[in-house]
Amino acid sequence: MQIYLPIAEVSVNAFLLFGLGGMVGILSGMFGVGGGFLMTPLLFFIGIPPAVAVATEANQIVASSFSGVLAHFRRKTVDLRMGTVLLIGGLTGAALGVVVFNYLKSLGQVDLLVKLCYVVFLGIIGSLMFIESLNALRKSRRADASPPKRRQRGWIHAMPFKMRFRTSGLYISVIPPLVVGLFVGVLSAIMGVGGGFIMVPAMIYLLGMPTKVVVGTSLFQIIFVTAFTTMLHATTNYTVDVVLAVLLLVGGVVGAQIGTVIGARMPAEQLRVLLAALVLVVCSKLALDLLLQPSELFSLGDGGGH
Amino acid sequence: MYRLIAAFCLICLPAFASEEQVVLGLSQDRVAITANFDGSEILIFGAVKREAPIPAGPPLEVIVSVVGPSKPVTVRRKEKKFGIWVNVDSVLVDSAPSFYAVATSAPFDDIITDTEDLRYRISIERAIRSVGAAMHIRGAQEFADAVIRIREAEDLYSIRENTVAVDQQTLFRTSIEMPADLTEGDYVARIFLTRGGEVVSQLETTIDVRKVGLERFLYNMSREQPIWYGLMSLVIAIAAGWGASTAFRMLREN
Repeated sequence: MQIYLPIAEVSVNAFLLFGLGGMVGILSGMFGVGGGFLMTPLLFFIGIPPAVAVATEANQIVASSFSGVLAHFRRKTVDLRMGTVLLIGGLTGAALGVVVFNYLKSLGQVDLLVKLCYVVFLGIIGSLMFIESLNALRKSRRADASPPKRRQRGWIHAMPFKMRFRTSGLYISVIPPLVVGLFVGVLSAIMGVGGGFIMVPAMIYLLGMPTKVVVGTSLFQIIFVTAFTTMLHATTNYTVDVVLAVLLLVGGVVGAQIGTVIGARMPAEQLRVLLAALVLVVCSKLALDLLLQPSELFSLGDGGGH
Repeated sequence: MYRLIAAFCLICLPAFASEEQVVLGLSQDRVAITANFDGSEILIFGAVKREAPIPAGPPLEVIVSVVGPSKPVTVRRKEKKFGIWVNVDSVLVDSAPSFYAVATSAPFDDIITDTEDLRYRISIERAIRSVGAAMHIRGAQEFADAVIRIREAEDLYSIRENTVAVDQQTLFRTSIEMPADLTEGDYVARIFLTRGGEVVSQLETTIDVRKVGLERFLYNMSREQPIWYGLMSLVIAIAAGWGASTAFRMLREN
């Protein structure tokens, strides 16, 4: 069944979109990630214009994170204070990101920027995760169950503007969370991702937040930042395709529920190796597109639209 | 004096002999882009009206072209820089049709001369080349060729020879397929009658291609009230996501 997308102005198969949404949903349920970093490149591959893919994906992330954050609120695993600080950074970052995005769009380099960001971040995160989870696998085989030592975070404690975060049990400067939020906001606007895959490790290793509040707090921040990004793209680029978002979403939500069930039955270390491998596959596909000579050296874009 | 009259007759003769006019019919004069739009086929048919008997000489041939709305297009070229392929330079083609289909009753070069093609801008190359005013950059032709090549690969530009059926030099018909990825606007259908490579008659009509219903509503709203459109997208997406997850959970619990 073909569906004509009103904003993307392309006709795509609705079942293909359901399928993509479902597949990414299963993966995101299994691994507990948002899935934006997989969905956006997949949308490029099926021929959705990158600007529309990025903006629409932001819209979809708002919706798919919404039911997640409700569950975390019920369990009281959201650090509202930390979330708000991250959010202030995030909103500033998203505004910056959209400005950069629009500037590069006028130069005709936005596709390159988006793809480069993907290659760099997916490459780094994928490799780190792969190495770390392989080590964890080896350790669990040796049954060496000594807990890792908590690292010293001297330089973070030395910063000014300290604030007490009760839910996280932290007394730290607001500068590191602001910077983390800012950074993730920029990525959200440019890459069409929630940024959970960057924020979660940053919150655990950099800020030293307890693991149980990390996911809820990052979801809280992601919802507001991606909602803001959606609004910015909708008002400056007119690239949010609500039909596309809803189709992806329905598949995604159902897939996520199935994925959660599968994920609960698999050992955590093996899951992480799988996820890392997946991230690296997407990364290398995008990298190959940039490195190999394309079959068509010319590309067409809107003329004089700025 | 006689010479003058003879010359006058000679000049008038072709015009006199081409007292042939197109009478046209379309299966539809508007295309509605609905939510499940996946392309359209337009039947273009007609007859040749003439007062005199069919002239002797080369047979009547028919060329039908359908042209979509023109828009400026930025053509960018990639080059290898620092090991990766990046866009290095661009040319703005002032206007290039978003859709261009030509259907003919015989091989194109056999039924129309180059001069006539140049005058009426019928073939794809002529139609594109005539519009590029900003083509002063060296190698700009490469960029224009790229527009044609890319759009031909996407089935947006096509020349379909021998697809117009002509009966008794009087009736003709053809069908033009339009792909699913159409831009909306006024599409112009032009019909040319040729004899011995010369155009003897032509006719133009428009086909209205429009988004309708939901497509129209969403598109207009996103351009005219972007803030409300953005908010609506968020609300719809949240409701759909929350609804789907609640429905699925209830299904599993039962």
